[in-house]
Amino acid sequence: MASERSQVPAIQLVRLRKTFGRDGHDSHQVVAVDDVDLEIGEGEFFSLLGPSGSGKTTVLRMIAGFELPTGGAVLLGGQDVTRTAPYDRDVNTVFQDYALFPHLTVQQNVEYGLKVKGVGKAERRRRAGEMLESVRLGSFGKRKPHEMSGGQRQRVALARALVNRPKVLLLDEPLGALDLKLREEMQVELKSIQHEVGITFVFVTHDQGEALSMSSRIAVFNHGRIEQVGAPREIYDHPATSFVAGFVGTSNVLDPVTSARVLGVDATHSVRPERIRLVAVGSAGGRVDDGEVSVDGTVVDVQYLGAECRVRVQLDDSSAHLLASVPSDGLAGVSPGGPVRLAWSRRAAFTVTATDLDDHSADHLGAELQQGGDEQ
Amino acid sequence: MTAPAAAGAAGASIGGRASGPSRPWRALNRAYHGRRRLGIGSLLGLPLTWMLVIYLGSLVLLVVSALYELDPVTQKPTTTFTTANLTSAFTEWDTVWVVIRTAGVALLVTIICFLISVPVAFFVSKVAWRWARRGIVVAMLLPLWAGYLVKGYAWRAMVSPAGNQFAAAGRGGGGFLESTIGWTPGYGRVAIVVTLVYFWLPYMVLPIYAGLDRLPVSLLDASGDLGARPLRTFRSVILPLLLPSIAAGSIFTFSLSMGDYIVPQIVNQGEERFLFGSVINGVLGAPNQPLAAAFTLWPLLIIILYLLAMKRLGAFENL
Repeated sequence: MASERSQVPAIQLVRLRKTFGRDGHDSHQVVAVDDVDLEIGEGEFFSLLGPSGSGKTTVLRMIAGFELPTGGAVLLGGQDVTRTAPYDRDVNTVFQDYALFPHLTVQQNVEYGLKVKGVGKAERRRRAGEMLESVRLGSFGKRKPHEMSGGQRQRVALARALVNRPKVLLLDEPLGALDLKLREEMQVELKSIQHEVGITFVFVTHDQGEALSMSSRIAVFNHGRIEQVGAPREIYDHPATSFVAGFVGTSNVLDPVTSARVLGVDATHSVRPERIRLVAVGSAGGRVDDGEVSVDGTVVDVQYLGAECRVRVQLDDSSAHLLASVPSDGLAGVSPGGPVRLAWSRRAAFTVTATDLDDHSADHLGAELQQGGDEQ
Repeated sequence: MTAPAAAGAAGASIGGRASGPSRPWRALNRAYHGRRRLGIGSLLGLPLTWMLVIYLGSLVLLVVSALYELDPVTQKPTTTFTTANLTSAFTEWDTVWVVIRTAGVALLVTIICFLISVPVAFFVSKVAWRWARRGIVVAMLLPLWAGYLVKGYAWRAMVSPAGNQFAAAGRGGGGFLESTIGWTPGYGRVAIVVTLVYFWLPYMVLPIYAGLDRLPVSLLDASGDLGARPLRTFRSVILPLLLPSIAAGSIFTFSLSMGDYIVPQIVNQGEERFLFGSVINGVLGAPNQPLAAAFTLWPLLIIILYLLAMKRLGAFENL
């Protein structure tokens, strides 16, 4: 079935635009989504990744129909639904706060969509029961939502959406409220459920690790625009812009001046810390291989992360800092204030388009480092 | 035991500072520290005494005095017990009919208040611009600042039919409605209901507004997302979740209407005893206090039944 429809994308966004604020007052308007074009294929696990306020949730809400676009169009299965009400769209949503009906039992919550559509009682009960069974909540039907834990509520929300067999499932940061352990479990579970039901998942998240590990493709959002669309590997290995390089994983972004000096190319470059190695510590000397570039600097600080350490180095004759991720046991003699030589393969450095890095610049890098540590 | 001692020591060391609390207050704080029962007792003692003695006590007195016999000569209550008052209050058709009529009016007023409150409260809590919300709520509460009688007479002037003492001079007669839109319900039952709705509306709007304000918008989104049209969402999500608020509001509007006796006097003509409150008031002035007491058992009974019905509906489950 999927193959015969594969020509028509499950979701198409055409120059989608959304501004908030009073009409006719340009100065009060906030552009939440700025001319977004996107195609999401049938059966994809597609993530919308970006920092808060980047417009990813607004895009999701326009696909669901909760927000009317200011401009552009939303197509579901080739059909223009831009002005269609949510209840007439064949999509279902898992909300960030789960939005379970507190006055209904778990079973009634899951049955709600079927009941509204006039599905008979017996079938309703059977399908809801099966769905709850498949999210391992078979015996919880009689409970009220407030009697359940966050993870259980999350699965109820999932069952309530999936029981309607929508063409597309929208998930708005569904794992955000869970603790780390549960979140990791749910990531695996969500992925396997998606594999099982085979429908398109559109997953909104600000957690790059989550997006990388779960998605078939990712769109990275920044300031209401898409910076890059691609498979996780592509996004990580070949970020198109400096923003993507900094937001997905940790990256060193070299401005054109530094690049020209180190690499001989006058353009913004990006290098992953794990691609940088320490070739010489102090005066011990070391070899720089063919096809590698090297640069000297002074260690600013060393952050211990267990298996590896992050070494922050200030380049000589430059204000630029570089982060190198090195195995903890290869760190003998490295201490703040000491001279080091860094080297990396020319292929590890790639040109990126310089984009607005204002909220992900150097002082924000600490937070990114933290995320990098969690990934392990 | 060490905690109060430590607190005491710390208190002593800062005792010399001018900004610290004065000594008697600190002694009081120390006396309360760690004594939970004393704290609760001090907080609730006075209100609880008020409730038990003044409120429940007078209710008991009311029930008891309904059983007193009126001295036929002096027209004063004696302490001889009789069931004649109760028999009269609960079996005479005239009385029962006024009670039914009053309950009907109270119910009607409650329903109208509810029908007006829901869209208004929904607009204020979910649609209106953030900055406008507080203003609208204040505007809705503002009428509560005006005196009851002032508002009553304002309505009397407003609905006054042509040829009445309140008629505006030289504009064909009649009150505000008559002289502007050329129509008025005049004095009577319609005017009573309209005036009562006006009086008690804020008591319905406020709890419903509070209830809607607590209702997450995502629940409404979720309902629509699952295929429910707006009316279905209202019936299946909003209404059940608003039930406690509706119960709270309707208890106000219903009981206040049940007990009103001023409005029928002001905006009614001829039918002085349209509402049961006026009947009680009349008997009280007769003066026949025992019979008046017996009559008041009616609204008491109806309100208790009403609360039980609300409880049955599950209105108090999520308080």
